Amino acid sequence: MKTPAIRALALALACLPFAAAADTVTVVTSFPKEITTAYKKAYEAKYPQDKVEILNKNTAAGIAYVREQAAGARPEVFWASAPDAFEVLSGSKLLAKIGPGNPAIPAKVGNYPVNDPEGYYRGQALAGYGLMWNTRYVKANNLPEPKEWADLVKPVYFGHLAISSPSRSGTTHLTVETILQGEGWTKGWEQLLAICGNSAAITERSFGVPDGVNNGQFGIGLVIDFFGLAAKNSGMPVEFVYPSVTAIVPANIALIDGAKAKDAGMRFIEFTLSEEGQMLLLDPKISRLPVLPSVYAKAPAGYPNPFGGQIQAKVNFDSNLSESRYYVVVSLFDQQVTFRHKELVAAMKAIYDAQKRLGGRKSAQLDEARSLVLTPVVDEKQAADPKLLALFKAKKTDAEASKAKAKVEEEWAAKAKANYARAVELANSAK
Amino acid sequence: MRTHPGIVAIALAIAAFLVAFLVIPVVAVVYTAFSDGQGGFTLAHFAAFNEISLMRESFANSLYVAGMTVGLGTLIAVPLAYLTVRFQFRGAILVQTLGVLPLVMPAFVGAAAMQLLFGRSGSVNLILKDAFGVTLPLMEGLNGVIFVETLHYFPFILLNLSAALANIDSSMEEAAQNLGASGWRLFRKVVFPLAMPGYVAGASLVFIKVFDDLGTPLVLNVTNMLAPQAYLRVTSIGLEDPIGYVICVILVAFSIGAMGGSWWFVKRRDYALVSRGGVQAPKRRLTPWQALLAYGWIVGMLLLVLSPHLGILLLSISKVWSFTVLPEQLTLAHYATVFTESKQMIWNTFLYCGLAALLDVALGTAIAYIVLRTKLPGRQLLDHLVTIALAMPGLVLGIGYLRTFKGVELPFGGGALTASWVIFVLAYAVRRLPYALRSCMAALTQVHPALEEAAENLGAGRWNTIRRVVIPLMMGGILAGFVTSFITAAAEISETILLTSRESMAPMSYGIYLYFQSVLGRGPGAALGVIAVALVAFGTYVSHRLVAARSPHQSGGGQ
Repeated sequence: MKTPAIRALALALACLPFAAAADTVTVVTSFPKEITTAYKKAYEAKYPQDKVEILNKNTAAGIAYVREQAAGARPEVFWASAPDAFEVLSGSKLLAKIGPGNPAIPAKVGNYPVNDPEGYYRGQALAGYGLMWNTRYVKANNLPEPKEWADLVKPVYFGHLAISSPSRSGTTHLTVETILQGEGWTKGWEQLLAICGNSAAITERSFGVPDGVNNGQFGIGLVIDFFGLAAKNSGMPVEFVYPSVTAIVPANIALIDGAKAKDAGMRFIEFTLSEEGQMLLLDPKISRLPVLPSVYAKAPAGYPNPFGGQIQAKVNFDSNLSESRYYVVVSLFDQQVTFRHKELVAAMKAIYDAQKRLGGRKSAQLDEARSLVLTPVVDEKQAADPKLLALFKAKKTDAEASKAKAKVEEEWAAKAKANYARAVELANSAK
Repeated sequence: MRTHPGIVAIALAIAAFLVAFLVIPVVAVVYTAFSDGQGGFTLAHFAAFNEISLMRESFANSLYVAGMTVGLGTLIAVPLAYLTVRFQFRGAILVQTLGVLPLVMPAFVGAAAMQLLFGRSGSVNLILKDAFGVTLPLMEGLNGVIFVETLHYFPFILLNLSAALANIDSSMEEAAQNLGASGWRLFRKVVFPLAMPGYVAGASLVFIKVFDDLGTPLVLNVTNMLAPQAYLRVTSIGLEDPIGYVICVILVAFSIGAMGGSWWFVKRRDYALVSRGGVQAPKRRLTPWQALLAYGWIVGMLLLVLSPHLGILLLSISKVWSFTVLPEQLTLAHYATVFTESKQMIWNTFLYCGLAALLDVALGTAIAYIVLRTKLPGRQLLDHLVTIALAMPGLVLGIGYLRTFKGVELPFGGGALTASWVIFVLAYAVRRLPYALRSCMAALTQVHPALEEAAENLGAGRWNTIRRVVIPLMMGGILAGFVTSFITAAAEISETILLTSRESMAPMSYGIYLYFQSVLGRGPGAALGVIAVALVAFGTYVSHRLVAARSPHQSGGGQ
């Protein structure tokens, strides 16, 4: 009995997954396995002396992880969609200045710089935000196919949409911020709240939306383009469109300051920006938009090309504005939508029921109910208040600030809850 | 009885282990919740927590879900345990083995499969909608969490209860029958109370597990519960967010309270039976009607319990499964993908969980013996320490590890402890130790000290008695503890996500999670899930055989 056990243990010790002593490029990324595996394989084939280690974390957790590591023991590369994440990292002095890379890559897409003007990170692929729907679901439920964000506020979509929470998903934050910048604070929130009120779920990760649409749990989802395109190109019964209020922004890659193997990290980054690395993006399972324009010539017909004017991007995304109010937008969304979704949906339902009952007649109560539900509890002026912004950016360990912030958040939550409850009352009694 | 110096040394070593890998990390977490950032003490974070209505609501929801899960889990487990242990019943071992299956599958994998079967556009609701025009909100909000958790965690009750039932001396039941008790009355007044230690141990475990569970609510998009709130706070705002730590402290305190309650409940009565070594109750025959009822119940429950497995199996061989009752195009390509890409992860799971479970039963047996059989001062402390592990959400322990062991290097150039695979073994072992310990304790509780005294009277020394009498008599419990530790560690996800710093050292559960995060990863993820279920099913079968072979007094289940 004992000998086999010892032999098994010896075998176990012999096969331990020890870290390789050679150069290891550790990549912290929020990207799905299809992308990371393709790049790992291709890079290791080209540079056999290096090993690529993928560390898959959502963007927020990735930032937290890099922060936690001591200088000299940090991972090499940070690779994610949300530009805000890179701003946060470079603001915390966690990125190395690498400047722009491959000269064939244009400096701008639309009005948006592809690479960080400060030189701390580079655009590696482009991403737009759009609508993805399950064709079978839409047909079975007789839903019209949507074209614009504004379509989604219609009552017909009630209970059929899905969106993620910006606090959990960097890409959803970009979508939300795009709508807010494209439509303005008040109108943007009106649209967002109506869309969320029509949503069946506010999912935990941005990935939860395309996943649910793929398997038919949700009809229509707000997603980053490659989720929709990759699913469609792989035979899922889904469609994807870019609405006109969209922004094309780069997904970025950066070298972490204080990384163990800086040179190898840099090699990896250059590889992802080379023609070879950019071609990988065209794989149907990946379906991302390259930053290198020449690659589009080799793309299959109908592949969206942001440099060819096929995608109208009306919004000039202002990343400074986005970053300055990041915490306020995220927290407001959570307090008013994510954590109060049940109440929000109930209020929307009451309004739709009242509309049906009244058969299109005007009603002051109904108007008031609608405005209670669709007005953000923080107006544009308050959202730009430096004192509020400072409170949300305060150090996390500052007990006083954290208490004050919790108090503000609680006020928002209480107000949102009261508004929704009042809206239900008003809608039910609307004449 | 004099305390042997060897035992003192072992007790101290165990205590040192627990302090380093449990107490200090926990203290680091608790300290943060009470720290004002300048090293002073403050309750401000708690006040802030209390002002947030969402937090109060989350607390109530967590209690509701945990309570409902225990209730429904009891409904499933009690008849299954009683029938298979007490009646002549073909396929009883199948029931017991199948009852263990849910434990191997990470709850979040089960949840993903359940959504495809019972969700908004799941198979069941598509059929119902077609036939009757109605859909059942089985997976909506808290319902979904309760549904998934019940099917996932009821085996804790089943395993503990079955072990306790199997150990009840038949003379008790015979005496009751001689006095005229039978049927429901016999079960309610005699059998169930005697099996109470097993039931309470199982039920309190389920309560705590559900209370702390993170994966299932997250996959089902339920955020208004305590554990998800703690996770959201800590990961989205950062490791420094005090509210996250406040939730952790509240979670922990509440869980310790619940554990303490059940502990007190068992402690206040004496459950030891003199003749553990005696005859097991003879298995009764079922009347035809009873048999029909029993088989009906078991088949129905098994279908339900196996539905996540079935869902995962279908998912693993389907190319497209979207808005249809069953998947359309079938393929084996996902298995090929998994075997080319993820062999290392399968091996890692065996390595980490095997070592952790081994460590657990060694520690569990030693602690059980020290607590129940020696007069060592402060011995209860070991047990209480382990109980703390039970009340620790994996997330909190993970964060505690990352904080405490930051910068600690392994000897012989092994690199940083937090970046090495050793941290998985430690984290799994510490968190699974309570299960192994409960099993060992329950087993030892049912070994009457008179047996050891008899051995010592016959001239056997302390070590010989332990080796030749105590451990063989406990073997069933020890093996049950090993299996429980192993498979729960294999299915663990929240610690795993936190501690994985490189994909090459990730275990299978992380691999499944990772696959599920991509548009086309459901298939390979499900394939990996199927492999996991199959491997652990095999392991469980082997351990059942071991139990049957090792202890002649205990039947392996079926005959």
